[in-house]
Amino acid sequence: MAKLRVGVVSPEREIWSGEADMVIAKTVDGEIGIMPRHAPVLGVLVEGGVLTVKRGDGESDLVAAVHGGFLSVANDEVSILAEIAELGSEVDVSRARNALERAQSSVEANQEDADAAVEAKRAKARLRAAGEEVG
Amino acid sequence: MGAQLRMLRRRVRSLKSMAKITRAQELIASSRIVKAQQRMQAAVPYEREIIRAVTGVVSNTGSIDHPLTVAKEQSTKAAVLIVTSDSGFCGGFNVNVLREAEALSNLLKDRGITPTPFVTGRKGVIWHTFRDREMGGQWTGFSRKPSYADAKEIANALIQTFSADDGVDEIHIVSTEFVSMLTQEVVVRRILPLEVEETTEKPGDTPLPYFEFEPTAGDVLDSLLPRYVESRIFTALLQSAASEEAARRRAMKSATDNANDLIGDFTRQMNQVRQAEITQEISEIVGGANALADSAAGKE
Repeated sequence: MAKLRVGVVSPEREIWSGEADMVIAKTVDGEIGIMPRHAPVLGVLVEGGVLTVKRGDGESDLVAAVHGGFLSVANDEVSILAEIAELGSEVDVSRARNALERAQSSVEANQEDADAAVEAKRAKARLRAAGEEVG
Repeated sequence: MGAQLRMLRRRVRSLKSMAKITRAQELIASSRIVKAQQRMQAAVPYEREIIRAVTGVVSNTGSIDHPLTVAKEQSTKAAVLIVTSDSGFCGGFNVNVLREAEALSNLLKDRGITPTPFVTGRKGVIWHTFRDREMGGQWTGFSRKPSYADAKEIANALIQTFSADDGVDEIHIVSTEFVSMLTQEVVVRRILPLEVEETTEKPGDTPLPYFEFEPTAGDVLDSLLPRYVESRIFTALLQSAASEEAARRRAMKSATDNANDLIGDFTRQMNQVRQAEITQEISEIVGGANALADSAAGKE
């Protein structure tokens, strides 16, 4: 079966690239799964989403927290352009938990604190990418 | 004679310490170029992908008129982003950029467009404040190691002036491009309104696919274009950082060479003076001895 060529890039470095069977990402319209021979798509990703790359061939899935950015699919090439992206294996769980608690408490204190809300979303995405349970 | 010798010795001594400093600066710059180049390389994939995506959107939605893509028929105001360095000791690096920026603003004025400078780098800011030129914005402190957040800040300010009702109609960027260790070129680019054909690389041999958009083409453009501008500015900052170090290395190398040449010249002069002094002393002694001998002979 044909494979997808996947690249996850952030402005400061290329985070991951390789082949995969399927890519699952979350756009502003909802989750989208890309398999080989998918029609060309250009989508806007949500803030604090989780990206899953199913590599197949017995290799473990790649999970990353992606904050904003784009997904572009053309000719079996998938590129994920993220302003900030973090691989699940690189996430520092305890720091992410702390960040989440801090952000949630400032959201509770001030409902209109948009920055804190975004921060909470990001922390949640990082925890999910690391395979942690988040309420 | 003694005074001249002392003066020459002092000059040689100060030149030697100067050469040590410039040599150290040269070595520091060389090691920094490598790092700056690595950062530049690391940013390439993102820029390439984003250019491809923008080209994809714009080319198959030709009918779309997004404020960021449509050029006004008669522009009246333009923003010029000038990328300079924070520190000096880099030869003609900043002068070249500022000269090119001047040429650009004269050109714009001839076309009836009022340019507003937006300056990054302390040297450029000082240049403008010294001449009492008003700046639309100024940023300093990251010319050696720009981060994406810096580029984002600049891009936000520029896009804001661009989308304001009485804002600018064009955004140009004047920066130095790192061609190789030996060549850096000052380039002037218009980043908004978009000139998509300015991509260096043709996006594949196959025609661009007809994209589906999620959620809609307009929304995708809305969020894609600011990222594109940020990425262009980020690349310009990185290129400029690498060029700055390369220019500094070259300037410091020629300074060290010059100092060494001068040390050679002065050492030669110093030896000459010393030799002349010794010769004079000998002739004085010989003269004195002869006079003594003559007077002794006269008495007998």
